[in-house]
Amino acid sequence: MTTVALNRRTLLAAGGSVLATGVLATGGSGLLLPARAQGVAPTQSMSGGANNYRKGAAIVDRIGKGGFWMSGTVRRAGDGAPLAGQRIQIWAHTTEGQEHEPQSHGATLTGKDGKFRLEMPQIVPVFGQPHGHLAYDSGEFKTVFLRPIMKSAKDKSLEAHFVLQSA
Amino acid sequence: MRSARVALIWAALVAAIFVPVALAATSDLLAYRGPVYILAGFAGIVALGLVLVQPLLIGGYLPGLPGYRGRRAHYWIGGALVVAVAVHVGGLWITSPPDMIDALLFVSPTPFSPFGVIAMWAIFAVALLAAFRRRLGLAPRTWRLAHMSLAVVIVPGSVVHGLLIEGTMETMSKVALCALVLVAAIKVMVDRRVWRKRATS
Repeated sequence: MTTVALNRRTLLAAGGSVLATGVLATGGSGLLLPARAQGVAPTQSMSGGANNYRKGAAIVDRIGKGGFWMSGTVRRAGDGAPLAGQRIQIWAHTTEGQEHEPQSHGATLTGKDGKFRLEMPQIVPVFGQPHGHLAYDSGEFKTVFLRPIMKSAKDKSLEAHFVLQSA
Repeated sequence: MRSARVALIWAALVAAIFVPVALAATSDLLAYRGPVYILAGFAGIVALGLVLVQPLLIGGYLPGLPGYRGRRAHYWIGGALVVAVAVHVGGLWITSPPDMIDALLFVSPTPFSPFGVIAMWAIFAVALLAAFRRRLGLAPRTWRLAHMSLAVVIVPGSVVHGLLIEGTMETMSKVALCALVLVAAIKVMVDRRVWRKRATS
């Protein structure tokens, strides 16, 4: 019983210090605690999102011959402010190449409104699901890998949304 | 009449397996896949077809292969099933190693992967037990219980795996093949009353 009481006390003390650090850190970044509690949560990487990732895909006007649109938004965790000029890398198994092949990869930058849009070849189902891959990997914020799934393999577009937290 | 019935049964079995294979061969997706990926996909379809043949053989439902001959064929078709599954998994690994590794580690985002991986291990386990059961000194009852328990994993595992995949198989023929696989497995288990205790019967 003594051990349990000690453990609980230790836990409370540790929890308290974490809470204090959290409040202090939040205060330091100029955000109020209530605002943070209601804030936009960061996007977590999806399972399998990083598969067949190639580092440093070039920024392109279009991947291959196009015909399919990948779009989305990039915002900041907490206040949800749109993030401009963020590099988003996109790749998928398409009518013009397999996922791991260089011609299936490209990158684009978000506009002032935090939106991005890149034309690419039609995504076709691979490994049993029609899906795309997106990565934010520029380092300023924590790296996020997404793997959105198309509702139908006939869809001509797909969206993915990022909420990034400081690295 | 008898020969007509024999021909009909064999024709139905051939159609049940080769119609799905033939329709998959017309899939648009094949145009965007490499040869290894295509081979891996078809190995999976063939494996599903072999899972249909297995209960039919052991139940003695196939004309010309009753009793012992059916069991011998079941044994060798089991070996072919292991090869088909190995080609399926190996081919997919070559096509996209990270996706295959995720599936084998049960961290894949695709819901059908764990069903396939569990069925694969169950198939390998049955094959190993079948190959070594004499050497292991397995009693017939123990072997029977082990094989049936694993079959109960293999059949629904394979069916769910196949049904959830959006791939080259045409939907109707895939559903039909999966339904036949389930019905065949249930029928042989009911007919042979696999749950009874043999020693007391």
